[in-house]
Amino acid sequence: MIAEFGLAALWLAAALALLQFGSGVAALRKGDSPLAALVRPVAVVQGALALLAFAALLLVFAETDLSVKLVALNSHSAKPMMYKIAGAWGNHEGSMLLWVTVMGLAGSFVAVVERRLPEPTMIATLLGQAFVSLGFYVFLLFASNPFERLNPVPPEGQGLNPLLQDPGLAFHPPTLYLGYVGLSIAFSFAVGALLTRQVGPAFARAMRPWVLGAWIFLTLGITAGSYWAYYELGWGGWWFWDPVENASLMPWLAATALLHSCSVLAARNALRAWTVMLGVVAFSMSMVGTFLVRSGILTSVHAFAVDPKRGTFILALLAIYIGGALALFAFRAATVTEGERFAVTSRESALVFNNVMLSGILGIVLMGTLYPLVTEAFGERVSVGPPYFNPMSAVFVVPMLIVLAVGPLLRWRRDSLSRLRMPMVVAGVVGLAALGLAIVLAPGKVLPIIGLALAPAVAVASLLPLRGRKLAQVKLPLWGMVIAHFGIAVALLGMAAEGAFTTERLVALRVGETTPVGPWQIRLARIEPVAGPNWTALEATLEASYAGGKPILTHPQARMFWAPVQNTAESALLTRWNGQLYTVLGDKADGDANGGRWQLRLWWKPLVTLIWLGGALIALGGLLALVGRVASDLRRLVASDKIAFRRVRQGR
Amino acid sequence: MRALLGLCAALLLALGALHPAALRADDSMPPAPYAYRQLDDPKLEAKAQGLMETIRCLTCQSQSIADSDASIAGDMRSQIRERIAAGEQPEAIRDWLVARYGDYITYTPRVTTLTWPLFAAPLAILLAAAVLLRKRFRRGDGA
Repeated sequence: MIAEFGLAALWLAAALALLQFGSGVAALRKGDSPLAALVRPVAVVQGALALLAFAALLLVFAETDLSVKLVALNSHSAKPMMYKIAGAWGNHEGSMLLWVTVMGLAGSFVAVVERRLPEPTMIATLLGQAFVSLGFYVFLLFASNPFERLNPVPPEGQGLNPLLQDPGLAFHPPTLYLGYVGLSIAFSFAVGALLTRQVGPAFARAMRPWVLGAWIFLTLGITAGSYWAYYELGWGGWWFWDPVENASLMPWLAATALLHSCSVLAARNALRAWTVMLGVVAFSMSMVGTFLVRSGILTSVHAFAVDPKRGTFILALLAIYIGGALALFAFRAATVTEGERFAVTSRESALVFNNVMLSGILGIVLMGTLYPLVTEAFGERVSVGPPYFNPMSAVFVVPMLIVLAVGPLLRWRRDSLSRLRMPMVVAGVVGLAALGLAIVLAPGKVLPIIGLALAPAVAVASLLPLRGRKLAQVKLPLWGMVIAHFGIAVALLGMAAEGAFTTERLVALRVGETTPVGPWQIRLARIEPVAGPNWTALEATLEASYAGGKPILTHPQARMFWAPVQNTAESALLTRWNGQLYTVLGDKADGDANGGRWQLRLWWKPLVTLIWLGGALIALGGLLALVGRVASDLRRLVASDKIAFRRVRQGR
Repeated sequence: MRALLGLCAALLLALGALHPAALRADDSMPPAPYAYRQLDDPKLEAKAQGLMETIRCLTCQSQSIADSDASIAGDMRSQIRERIAAGEQPEAIRDWLVARYGDYITYTPRVTTLTWPLFAAPLAILLAAAVLLRKRFRRGDGA
């Protein structure tokens, strides 16, 4: 019953999206159409219905209703409740439903709160939003119905991949989806502005909070996903340039560029066409990412054929939306002038440079991710991995970070570098000192050395905009920028230090034996069996002592899940202020022979936690900027309301 | 990212195709001698590690053999460490692997008639940006 209810809600939501789109078109064509008043309320109800459908899905997963095919394929009655619920979006259909739900809710939110732009632009925006949603509704209803029933009802579900049974899964995909879908709002704003030709500072100010919000979620999602991969996969890697990771990185890069060009448009009324273009590109990257992940094309072009209906469907959606938006852009771009001009040495130029470099990285990542598909079409399989991505992206990252050190200090319109001699010397000296130190400490490791040199310089430079200001009076958006840029330096330091200083130790130990790894001494104290709700495990107790200190206990496990049957290695981490000890228990070293030795994989990773701390700081910076912007918008709104109220009272 | 990769893996599992990326080797055979054992000489081990990080695990999804539990990855790690210990150079071993398994095995794409655009891409992007920016700034200077 609940499943049918959910399906009905989904159909209704789709119908309302159609209505929202239709009445929007009618309203735009004829200025005074009565249908214009429909658009906002319909958007609200559409979002509510999508939410209702999603709630129905959560419910069938929570009670493990095995007559629903999706539940039977992805859940199991013995799973802990948290993973039953997380399992609702740990699969294709559920995650697509989550996608349209978030999109519908975002649309409702815009419809309720956004009143700064001229009404036609808002209607065009909501029309765009409905148009995108509609495609995904059709996709859900015709190609991936999450509420499909199963007859006969199986006695037990097939369970969820144990790798996904982790708190990381519960939060990581929804966070990323909020980011992806938040960019759909930026996309709709861009389309709306193109339709009504209203591209200017007001448009940028209205769009900016949405871009910021989406960007915060993307940042958090990528950071959390990286940490999840790091501890869950059991080999200590934190970024693999895997196509699925790239699929989340590309929208982030585009959103970062959009964020910066938005601030140029808002403050200086420049880069108009470019900002609109980025708005289209950012959401296109979200959809390309979804396509890459969902179509199965990643594993191989041939995997695409496993379920060609879905793949073709998403490809068609992609072509319609991206192609349509780009065509609209091509038609209208001529009427959108680039806006105000600026000198070579100016804040605008630095931000343009940032945009170009980010686009460059985006180009590299897109190219490296898609190129294997191209060569496979020519009958040759190649792999593109870290040896390509690392140096190629460094080509763009390094100049970008150097400009980042100076850019925030520049004035708008026109400035001279001689004014900034002092801060440039400070950052340069710090960078050169760090470079010398890095060359001594990590000889021969080129990229880590560059990172170790740049990170302190950027860290110092990122704080310089605060120089000479009364800290209590610094506005929130400025704090946000400073903290986000500082976070970049922190994350970079973590990445570089991990690359330069990690110590690895693979050993086979008998119980009672000790091995060194970096500054640690690790003793294998005992191995015991333990059991969880849907797994049994062997658990090692390791006594780890840092530089001869008091031993700390840590417990890596080798888990055996039984639904579905699968073995996983649960790493155990010991975090100190200066790094992490990463321990993994492997198999018996001598197979079933009577050796009694156990394989251990141990890593000492100095400063590795800074990677994710930096990511969190970047997101925090975004949050501060968002709060600051929204607060000042609200103040402005209240003030204009008061003025309007006074006018009414005075009968004017 | 990885979670999404995992989602794909879950999907494959649902289709009944067990995905080896997520599986630990549970062959009854003991693993190859150097699969989980480092070379004693840290210099040679660093050499081997550098190579292993750029060799693709064929049965996994987007993992190098340096971070996979699949049995084939273990076998290949052992092979590489033994060859390095015997004095072979990493690039010679890479060539041997490519000859045996094809270009797909190495994460370092070689420049061929088919792959040159990959390497031309950064240059093309920088050139395009330079052309666009030059116009932009010339006008900007005049303003």
